[in-house]
Amino acid sequence: MEGTFMLTVKDLNVVLDNQTIIENLSFEVKRGDVLTILGPNGAGKSVLLKTLLGLHPYQGQIKWAKGIRIGYVPQRLPFIKDIPMSIRDFFELKESAEREMENILGSVGFRKDFLQKKIGDLSSGQFQRVLVAWGLAGHPQVLLFDEPTTGIDISGEETIYNFLAKLKEERDLTILLVTHDLSVVYKFSTDVICLNRQRICFGPPQEVLTPESLRKLYSGEVKYYQHKHSDTGA
Amino acid sequence: MENQFLLSLMVGVSVGGVAGYLGSLMLSKRMALVAGPLGHLTLPGIALALMYGFNVSLGAFPFVILGIVLIWLFEIRTKLPMEALTAVVFASGVAAAFLFLPVGQAETALVGDISKVRPDEAAISVTLCLVLFLIVRKIYSKIVLVNISEELATSDQINVKKVNLIYLGSIAVIVALGVKMVGGLLTAALVAIPASTARNLSRNLTQYALGAMIIGALSSFLGILLFRMTGFPAGPLIILVGTFVFLISMVFKR
Repeated sequence: MEGTFMLTVKDLNVVLDNQTIIENLSFEVKRGDVLTILGPNGAGKSVLLKTLLGLHPYQGQIKWAKGIRIGYVPQRLPFIKDIPMSIRDFFELKESAEREMENILGSVGFRKDFLQKKIGDLSSGQFQRVLVAWGLAGHPQVLLFDEPTTGIDISGEETIYNFLAKLKEERDLTILLVTHDLSVVYKFSTDVICLNRQRICFGPPQEVLTPESLRKLYSGEVKYYQHKHSDTGA
Repeated sequence: MENQFLLSLMVGVSVGGVAGYLGSLMLSKRMALVAGPLGHLTLPGIALALMYGFNVSLGAFPFVILGIVLIWLFEIRTKLPMEALTAVVFASGVAAAFLFLPVGQAETALVGDISKVRPDEAAISVTLCLVLFLIVRKIYSKIVLVNISEELATSDQINVKKVNLIYLGSIAVIVALGVKMVGGLLTAALVAIPASTARNLSRNLTQYALGAMIIGALSSFLGILLFRMTGFPAGPLIILVGTFVFLISMVFKR
């Protein structure tokens, strides 16, 4: 089944509060791909993820493979500490089977007795792992991952990205990931979309992440200077 | 006399219990604040009911619906903070009511009265509470998830709009039932206090939800009992018992 399209996006336009957030975006994701969505703040990265989840109105086409199960890992959950909840409670909101709960927590490195722990008592690294585990419950084929905080220790040396790479192999996942972190893009992803309202580049990072495309991505004015002579020899 | 007292107790315990249970959902996203303006907004409806002699909850209900539409407009259309809603609606509800509220019945409107609840009213209230409890129990975990994150809920195939509609509808019914018992001024406390107490005492969701329900029912029971012993109005006594239990819970906070 290698090469099967999991997601096809064609001429996507998202307008929120009369502002165009995403303009004429097209790309596709194949099974087993890790697609990174790269771009500056306010470029529409998170809006894109939420639109793919069906949370924003849009024009154009978003076509997921039939019967696909999608897991979502948010950046933060500010309201979760408003009410007392154990990790078990949090998983039961998703109606995951008991056995699966323990299994998944095991794969993010927690012991079984961890289920009783109160969410409010977790460190931020632990909480991030719980969020990933929650996204994995229900055996999703695709995981949408909104800007994991870099620098959080998963366990000892392991970063969230090593950890995701491992999970991807174990669980045959396709991953869509929003990030700022360029090193992640090179190490971890098969494809990258440079997004700044419009698509600046799309393809394997080694091929499409040129100094030119990055400059274009991170400075809106760059197109006004294109006619000037380049001042770098690189 | 005995029967009358038992009827009041039955209504009090059911409304108090379900208000506590539903209130446990309203502590997230600061929804408990919303019960305040909703309660106040019912005052004109209560005034009309008292003037024309029909059930207070019935008079209150259309005004709660109006309040919920206002919340929707404020939150979705104008993106003003909830505090603004509170300031606008709180005062206008009270002001409108006092234009035509018969002064002799002001106390009933403001702090409620279930001492003279009729058997048919009691039967309807208890049945409504039971139905409400079953509905809320069925969608409890969905509402929790929607309250935590609409994105997570959507990724879990939950119909967020439908869940929110049932949730707001349930709040409307419990506020309408609550104003008869504790009045337009105190209804917010009926949902907020038991949940806050349970939050202090629990470590997981089951303890919290059940705790809020039991504490709500118990506060109403003790409040109505105290009303019989002292003759003070039941509404304020129910709320004060709730506050007392809350203060105790602060000592045992987990």
